[in-house]
Amino acid sequence: MTLLKRSPQFIIHLFFVLYVAATVFPLLLIFMVSITEEKSLLRNGYSFFPEIIDFSAYVYLFYDSSTIINAYGVTIFVTVIGTVCGLLLTALFAYPISRKDFPLRKALTFYVFFTMLFNGGLVPWYLVYTNVLNINNTLLALIVPNLLIGGFNVLIMRTFFTTTIPPEVIESASMDGAGELRIFFQIVLRLSLPVMATIGLFMTLAYWNDWYNSLIYINDIDMYSIQYLLNKTLTDIQVVLNQTTGALQSQLLASVPTETVRMAMAVVGLGPIVLAYPFFQRYIVQGMTVGAVKG
Amino acid sequence: MQGTRYDCSIVNNDLERCILKAIMTGNSRASFWKKLRKHHILLLMTVPGILYFLINNYLPMFGIIIAFKDLNYAQGILGSEWVGFKNFEFLFRTDRAYLITRNTVLYNALFILINVILGVGVSILLNELKKKLMSRFYQSIILLPYLLSAVIVSYLAFSFLSVEYGFINKLILEPLGINAITWYSEPKYWPYILTIVNVWKSVGYFSIIYLAAIVGIDTEYYEAATLDGASKWQQVRSITVPLLMPVIMIMTLLQVGKIFNADFGLFYQVPMNSGALMSTTDVIDTYVYRALMQMGDVGMASAAGLYQSVLGFLVIFGVNYIVRKINSDHALF
Repeated sequence: MTLLKRSPQFIIHLFFVLYVAATVFPLLLIFMVSITEEKSLLRNGYSFFPEIIDFSAYVYLFYDSSTIINAYGVTIFVTVIGTVCGLLLTALFAYPISRKDFPLRKALTFYVFFTMLFNGGLVPWYLVYTNVLNINNTLLALIVPNLLIGGFNVLIMRTFFTTTIPPEVIESASMDGAGELRIFFQIVLRLSLPVMATIGLFMTLAYWNDWYNSLIYINDIDMYSIQYLLNKTLTDIQVVLNQTTGALQSQLLASVPTETVRMAMAVVGLGPIVLAYPFFQRYIVQGMTVGAVKG
Repeated sequence: MQGTRYDCSIVNNDLERCILKAIMTGNSRASFWKKLRKHHILLLMTVPGILYFLINNYLPMFGIIIAFKDLNYAQGILGSEWVGFKNFEFLFRTDRAYLITRNTVLYNALFILINVILGVGVSILLNELKKKLMSRFYQSIILLPYLLSAVIVSYLAFSFLSVEYGFINKLILEPLGINAITWYSEPKYWPYILTIVNVWKSVGYFSIIYLAAIVGIDTEYYEAATLDGASKWQQVRSITVPLLMPVIMIMTLLQVGKIFNADFGLFYQVPMNSGALMSTTDVIDTYVYRALMQMGDVGMASAAGLYQSVLGFLVIFGVNYIVRKINSDHALF
């Protein structure tokens, strides 16, 4: 009797064990490849069970790592600055259009909403940043285009402000002589920490994962983000080899464990997200469901 | 209020009320400016956002005129010569236009269908689990791929598909005595590969959205059904799925609205921009990118881009119209 009752549960668990395995295996595979000894890898291919375990790919990466460290630096800088500015600008725009007594509320809401319905496409967008503002090949090109403020985030935040901040709080603060800016920074933002955390998290992920702006706007290797450097490395491992070695390079290349270094690069690019995931996972789920239900 | 005029002629017998109304509307216009002046700080707060959307979204919208021009950088966008629909003519004369449209729409339609079926299925199974801690553990693992960048996903695919050392060729096909497959130059496999990658990446996401909706269903329905002796399967079929329908509709229609926009990361990164695969991997977004950045054909790229934007815009309106017909509460606008 208990077996019969429990067996559907058992089957569902079995399904999810398989599903989880299918999710994790590819990630595990590149990790195992990255710690495989190069020669045995060339013999056996990418395997979950390396014949000889060897960390020389990581040793190599961190020994000759100026390109990677630089790319990490670019990504961290862009992520921090982009998220902070983006969050502030999003809130600054979302708050007035959440106020029922603000006369341009409807017009500005539509102004945002329309950007979600129609866009000019890649070409004019590209020309605006390269020919009008001329920010290609600068770090601004990694921060500003498309990622700074999104219509969807503005509308989610506006909904949060309208539904959770009682107008009476704002009114009474204003009667006590607080100015609009003070109300915004000291009351509204403080009451909105959950939505700020969630949207900030989504922005952080978007900046961290971004390779598209690099692909479109960046030629200078010093400004490659980590994702774009990874993208380049997949087709051409030489990108990460130290540029200055010159004549030594071909000699060096012969001794570099290229196949395993490539996968070690992927692990290094993937690592921070996987390691931080248990801590931010809860907020992501919250944000997704709020976005889907209310947005 | 703006634009309403009050014609206070003799024909109108209620002259007094009419004048009163006119004065009031005048007042409301004046009070609009007064209110705006009172809220000038709020207005100031929106200025950075207004400028950002102007630069990032509205300026490019006006830039669609490039599609009707023979762009010459020396003369600038406004100074370049008008060529009417010539760019579109060139685009539609080749069979590319048909190919990229077909690929974009078919892939998206397939993805939408699979994501709905698997997403709902997985969410129902997640909800059935009695051990909630395990359910939460499964959820967080299956969501993870959704958060990885397309570049990382292309590495994962490469580790399976690499011709020389890939897992499939070396550890599955070789022991079976089957010749290695050159995955990155044989288009016929890619509809399957891209679909599998898409399922791997996004089913977790959809199942968590649907799960949130299932959790919101009143448990009394299930209690009553259990009392009446309904089986689990019957409960799923006649309670869960019908009550989930509004969310399924919204999620699906949101995706249908974007049916002409392909996931650039998936179609550009995972096939590694391989020329040999174009017949099954080229979509509108990758075509526009290549036309602009690799072929330098601004005219063709902007024509294809505008073609995509206009179709997308029409589809959104069409979808919204249909939703409004069915249930106006769920309409987007």
